[in-house]
Amino acid sequence: MDGCDGSDRFRICQKLWETVQMNTEVIQEQLNKHVLDSLVEFIKKHEFGISSEEWRQRSSEIPTAALMLGVNVPDHAMTLRSLCNLLQDSVTPFVVSVHAKECAAVKLLIQKVLEQLMGKGVSVDEEQEDDTAVLHRTQCTISALCQWYKTAAKKCTHASPKRKGNLKNDVPRSLPVVVIFKDFEAFSPQVLQDFILICSRYTQELPFIFIFGIATSPSAIQHRLPHSVSSLLCIEVFQSLSCTQHLASVFDKLILNSQFPFKLSSRVIQVLVGIFLYHDFSVQNFVKGLQFSLLEHFNSQPLSVLCCQKKEALLCVKTLSQQNVERIRHLPSFMRFVETQEPQEQVQLLTSDEHVKDVCQKLLKNLHKYHKNYYPVLRCLHSLTSSLPKFPLGKHIRELHVSCIEKNLWETEEYDSAMQLLRILAKDELVAALEKCAEILKSANTKRMQNVLKQVEDFIGRLEALEGATSEESSGDGVILEKNRKTDLFQLQKTLLEKESRRTKRLNPYEVLRSQVMEFVDSLVREYLTPAELQPLSEVCYYSSSGLLRQRLNVTPRTSIQTALSHPFHYLQNEILKTNAGTISSAAPDLCIAYKLHLECGRLINLYDWLEAFATVMSAAEDQDADSEEYGKFDSLKHARFIQAVSEMEFLGFVKSTKQKTDHVARLTWGGC
Amino acid sequence: MSVTLQCPGYPEDTLRSLADRLPCREAQVSSLLSLMGQPDQYSYPSFFIYGHRATGKSHVVLTIMKDLELPHASVDCVECVSGGLLFQQVLSAFFGPNAAALLPRCPSLSDFVRLYKQMSSSTPAAQTRYIILDRAERMRDMDFSLLPALLRLQELVNDNVTVILLSEIVWEKFRPNTGCFEPLLFHFPDYSKAELVQILSRDHHPSYTPELYASYINILLGVFFSVCRDLRELRHLALLNFSKFCEPLEKGEAKESDIHKLWKNIEPHLHRAMQTVYLREVSSMQWEQQQMDEKEATTLRGLSAHAHIELPYYSKFLLIAAYLASFNPARTDRRFFLKNHGKIRKTNFLKKHEKTSNHLLGPKPFPLDRLLAIFYSVVDSRVAPTASIFSQISSLVTLQLLSQVGHDDQLDSPKYKCAVSLDFILAISRTVSFDVVRYLYDFL
Repeated sequence: MDGCDGSDRFRICQKLWETVQMNTEVIQEQLNKHVLDSLVEFIKKHEFGISSEEWRQRSSEIPTAALMLGVNVPDHAMTLRSLCNLLQDSVTPFVVSVHAKECAAVKLLIQKVLEQLMGKGVSVDEEQEDDTAVLHRTQCTISALCQWYKTAAKKCTHASPKRKGNLKNDVPRSLPVVVIFKDFEAFSPQVLQDFILICSRYTQELPFIFIFGIATSPSAIQHRLPHSVSSLLCIEVFQSLSCTQHLASVFDKLILNSQFPFKLSSRVIQVLVGIFLYHDFSVQNFVKGLQFSLLEHFNSQPLSVLCCQKKEALLCVKTLSQQNVERIRHLPSFMRFVETQEPQEQVQLLTSDEHVKDVCQKLLKNLHKYHKNYYPVLRCLHSLTSSLPKFPLGKHIRELHVSCIEKNLWETEEYDSAMQLLRILAKDELVAALEKCAEILKSANTKRMQNVLKQVEDFIGRLEALEGATSEESSGDGVILEKNRKTDLFQLQKTLLEKESRRTKRLNPYEVLRSQVMEFVDSLVREYLTPAELQPLSEVCYYSSSGLLRQRLNVTPRTSIQTALSHPFHYLQNEILKTNAGTISSAAPDLCIAYKLHLECGRLINLYDWLEAFATVMSAAEDQDADSEEYGKFDSLKHARFIQAVSEMEFLGFVKSTKQKTDHVARLTWGGC
Repeated sequence: MSVTLQCPGYPEDTLRSLADRLPCREAQVSSLLSLMGQPDQYSYPSFFIYGHRATGKSHVVLTIMKDLELPHASVDCVECVSGGLLFQQVLSAFFGPNAAALLPRCPSLSDFVRLYKQMSSSTPAAQTRYIILDRAERMRDMDFSLLPALLRLQELVNDNVTVILLSEIVWEKFRPNTGCFEPLLFHFPDYSKAELVQILSRDHHPSYTPELYASYINILLGVFFSVCRDLRELRHLALLNFSKFCEPLEKGEAKESDIHKLWKNIEPHLHRAMQTVYLREVSSMQWEQQQMDEKEATTLRGLSAHAHIELPYYSKFLLIAAYLASFNPARTDRRFFLKNHGKIRKTNFLKKHEKTSNHLLGPKPFPLDRLLAIFYSVVDSRVAPTASIFSQISSLVTLQLLSQVGHDDQLDSPKYKCAVSLDFILAISRTVSFDVVRYLYDFL
């Protein structure tokens, strides 16, 4: 039964991961569409430019696109891959992408370019195979490429009359050779300069176009290339979108989505977003983290079999095994739910499996309903508060989401200050915000949300109806000011104070309405934005072991080594090794003993003392009599074991040999354990 | 203008057209020709021609070769990543590609000489053969025996062959320690302003008079001559801005004789060009585009305008820590990063050389340990020494914001330098609200 359960979970997990992957790819594509299209536009523009007479005469400037990719290097591969594919499909078959690591010298760079270009030529046409089969090292020049290009380009233009037919003008277009430098910063400047100089000699015959993938800023080009070289380039900058924007859309699609059954708890989100913001800026890694938590959730939580679409989950509940029903009974959220029930019901829930299943169905429905209502209201609240000064509830929706699912939002100070700020909102701002809310609510399709939408629209209507009234009032104010203009400062102050007091006494209709709106918003928040933990059965969908996630994704190699050495039990799980803190079990591996002993020493360690201490511990391990002659003496075996332990310590970087003192080693670490 | 080149052995009219095609280089051409002698005579074994960029060195030599139809091999040394490529190009230019194919896989100099001899014995030179090596300064990085051997190639192969070296730097920088055959030195001086005008005026637009174009060139040189004497650059700029110059004429606002009006129109434009397109801040394509749909006054953002770099939070602090480690003397770390550092007077405390500004001296290398120690003390929260902190250091190195000192295979306490400017670090520290100036020794 459990095995079948496992395969179910695996299937669901697999399916969810596929949706995650698909969604992220779609997002990436959408987000990159703009910059990629403009790049293709740029290349096409130059492609025609090259064939025009004027350009030929113009000189050997090589069109170059500086593609700003941002510092999130792990994400670049995907963008560049899609760029490569796009170019090959729509512009030219001659696309080469080179990586700095492979091109330590110009020779290697040229070789790489030739290999990629001519190698592809072979796959297109079988006949050519013999003369491009093996590239002679000495033939590896751009002029060889020129020769090859002449035949290849002819073939390509003949082979694709369709593409040619699309063109309106009869200019014989020459297919450009696009070279993509994936990581521009990592290239050695000398290699780049030489390569550009060489290529610029051949621009007449070989229409090169360069694309520099730049992680930092375009001034990197000027830092690497002298004017004599950069004057050979015609550089245009293309900005790809920022990684934070990318993350926001991934977050929006995968986490703030009621359709996606797998959820992350607030702590887990904080860990993942923290890694993103503090460490790498990589959306790829964020998605990997999501994948890890997905796998971990389905692996560790047997009830995750219910973490799927509503219909499927309801079916699943009916076939729950007895074991799983028992597990449900032990869920903290379920126990909390049971406690709120009548005693009669409680008994039923604790004894009858069937009843539990029925209740579970109801609870699951509620959970889904909760999510369906939660996200629209969350978005509304965000759109209301995101324009407030200083962002009391966070600038990004993810921050708001985290605080909502963590605790009762309305009990926090930030919420209070946000509400206070909202209560002094000007009318046009309020209307604009409410209209945005209405827009959001339109896409939500539950009955309750439709109700809320109606109310919001009603408020908007009433606010707009106020138009005439308030404008009158404000003009009245203006008149008063006009009259008082000639009064002195003191009087002005007095009148202002008076006005202030009058305002507190008598609210104008707009203010009355505004407080109504705010009360309405507050009631929405209290009703729908309840913490997820309080929902019964929330454990089914929410993955919450943030500590584990942190340990796995943000590894601390040094701490692990120290734990392994000072508490070998932690990794070896051998009962003999279990000790109190601070003591050494004599049964521990030699390395651990040596490590423990070295912690007690100063900067320089006397090897002989260390050996003696080591031998003493060893003797204790062998249960030798403490009074006997042999105790603490070492034979060649112990000596050998000690030497091995010390050299292992040296290998791990804890000690090193020193010339300061004979028979001593220097300690390299401090503190720890 | 009509300096007639006189050199026996070459057809008269070709020489005349040659003189016409190489303006302002008559003196150089005629002395080159007289050095070369008649085609069938043996010439001097090697020439060395030097002069600044775009002073017509290769243009003159190659035009002479082509117009007089002399057998020659022209090789750009940048392309020759190995000596073999050079040999191959020379052989295939003189004896056809079949000869080049006879070279072994990694040809040595003696292979080349042997093959050359073999080939030239079957087809001896009727005329002097010329080997022209452009950017000859690159030869110094190749095999050390290559340059001395090429200088006396005539003797080695026993054939009527002359090597012409072209370079932007002087011969003194070439001379090997062991000594070598001295080539004939030959200097191409820079073009004077008048000469530049003369040359640039030659490519005038067919639809305008040559006089107008000449006056345009005069205006252009008035702006650019002080910063740029590179003929190629100037020609490029002239081409780019000419349409703007002609605009009032097209619109009928000015006549060709209204030079002053035209000057007023173009002058600010050229100044803008000097700051943007000349420095390649804006590409020439964009520059033209801007001229087309002008009056929008959308000032294009140049390359250096995008200086802002978005970095992860800890990377910012790592960079700040690296900057502090690079520009503060290590002895002052106690003062900045310990709470009870005691009072240390700046003057007494430091050695003499440390009193000069560290920012003038440039970044100093620092070990990884010091970087991390400073990092942990400047960052405001407790950070575990995770693997990603270390990987961020190496990614900063790949982004060239830090640079690793010494070999990158040194695993044991690697050393780094910070490679960013003060302005950059100020901008970075502002985003994390860290007052970096307070921690810099130079600004105490």
